[in-house]
Amino acid sequence: MFQLAALFHALPGSIAQGLIWGIMAVGVYITYKVLDYADLTVDGSIATGGAVAVMVMLSGRNVYVALLAATLAGMAAGLATGIFHAAFGIPAILSGILSQLGLYSINMRILGKSNQAISVDQYDLLLSLREIPRAIFVSFVFCAVMIGILYWFFGTELGRAVRATGNNENMSRAQGINTKTMKVIGLMISNGLVGLAGGLYAQYQGNADVNMGRGAIVIGLAAVIIGGVLFGRVFRNFALRMTGVIIGAVLYFVVIAVVLWLGLETTDMKLISALIVAAFLAVPYLKAQYDAGHIRKGGGDNA
Amino acid sequence: MLELKNVCKTFHPHTPSEKRALKNLNLTLEEGDFVTVIGGNGAGKSTMLNAIAGVWPIDSGSVLIGGEDVTRLPEHKRAVYLGRVFQDPMTGTAADMELEENLALALRRGQRRGLVWGIRAKEREEYRELLKMLDLGLETRLKAKVGLLSGGQRQALTLLMATLKKPRLLLLDEHTAALDPKTAAKVLELSDKIVRENNLTALMVTHNMKDAIVHGNRLIMMCDGRVILDIKGEEKAKLTVDDLLQKFSVASGSEFVNDRALLG
Repeated sequence: MFQLAALFHALPGSIAQGLIWGIMAVGVYITYKVLDYADLTVDGSIATGGAVAVMVMLSGRNVYVALLAATLAGMAAGLATGIFHAAFGIPAILSGILSQLGLYSINMRILGKSNQAISVDQYDLLLSLREIPRAIFVSFVFCAVMIGILYWFFGTELGRAVRATGNNENMSRAQGINTKTMKVIGLMISNGLVGLAGGLYAQYQGNADVNMGRGAIVIGLAAVIIGGVLFGRVFRNFALRMTGVIIGAVLYFVVIAVVLWLGLETTDMKLISALIVAAFLAVPYLKAQYDAGHIRKGGGDNA
Repeated sequence: MLELKNVCKTFHPHTPSEKRALKNLNLTLEEGDFVTVIGGNGAGKSTMLNAIAGVWPIDSGSVLIGGEDVTRLPEHKRAVYLGRVFQDPMTGTAADMELEENLALALRRGQRRGLVWGIRAKEREEYRELLKMLDLGLETRLKAKVGLLSGGQRQALTLLMATLKKPRLLLLDEHTAALDPKTAAKVLELSDKIVRENNLTALMVTHNMKDAIVHGNRLIMMCDGRVILDIKGEEKAKLTVDDLLQKFSVASGSEFVNDRALLG
């Protein structure tokens, strides 16, 4: 009944999407894991990245300028969230929600309407779903370069200070680190990557949509968590951890492809996404509970 | 060296849980002073250290370190002058970072942190030497995550981090209270050694009267947000626990009721 060929046909597209969203997921990794900050800005900033990239290209500039602009726009969104939090003392989650909400209006202003198409036939796009092998190659290169740059950055004095801030704020301040500034820097890097991913994804699907970021944070978290659960034990090195997150994003889209192939509707995807994230979040918790139960029992036997 | 002038701090002001933690606290430390601080629970010992470190702004008064008014400086800027070790061994180190990374963070206290690589090869040698001095076998574990270390090892490391860049003032906030007696003694001995060898000025809060008497050249006792007793020099050298209890009841007009302080 199910046609395996159809699934295999869909998989390359999943890999391309996974690699593009993997860049975004690494952004989420930086806030969620490195900074220990649940940043919801990303739902807005990914659309901002897409909108900026498309509008810059429609105005006749080349695709690299467009992606740079998308990255900078994402960083600006991260800066806004950082200011809400660090300068005005608004709690982390709320700061992100405020930015996300505000960005909707900004994104509408940038796009002029809710959806702006950009055709691969008329514009020199870097990648498109019409040519999936190329899309996979391009997004793979972006992932590799990004991992290289981030690995370097988080090894520098400044990068290590950002990591220390996420790890232990008291210790960081005692060692003279301005933890507020470090959080703002982390948020800017994270959302810069998210904006870049938005710029790439808009090209991939041939349009920028004001709603393209809805639920993005869940996809990002899914990738981070899947990567952590599957590779956490093996991938200790920072560069490998980021690789794990990207593989997590690819796996996420593969799972989605399988679910669609099984006959569910595209609109069911949000529910599936939520359940995937919940399931992967539950695994470490349940495992710990199970282990604790065993230790107790084991202790009883020995006594 | 350190001057606290009429420092006041009230927590939760204008609420039922209002607590006047520091009441016109005055204290002056000379260069090279190693002062032990004792007092009952809620006397304001840790609050005083936090006021010096700038954890929160004080309500009134001023804090001077080496003649410079730091009252308005935020915590991370005061860190230039201060080395700090906390009661909770988890507080002083970054658990998910490597031992050498923690030391490298501490070495750059008070410096601009830029885009150069965070650890130089030459530093590692220095770290290895310093860790060897701790005699805890840490010199072979530079790449280990600090979260894997025991509480005592983490406190010893924190002590090293606090003094890696020689601070104007070392703040030890009951830094052995969470350790088992043997480890506590070792960390305390280490603190003594580091303070002596580097000729540091230090403030050490402790719940243990004996420790307070044995260590340092000066002892202050706090009660109700003030210094009520200040013993130095000859008098400090000859001090006994009984003397202290006696002096406490005279100074405060009440018995010193604190099991931990008596038994310790």
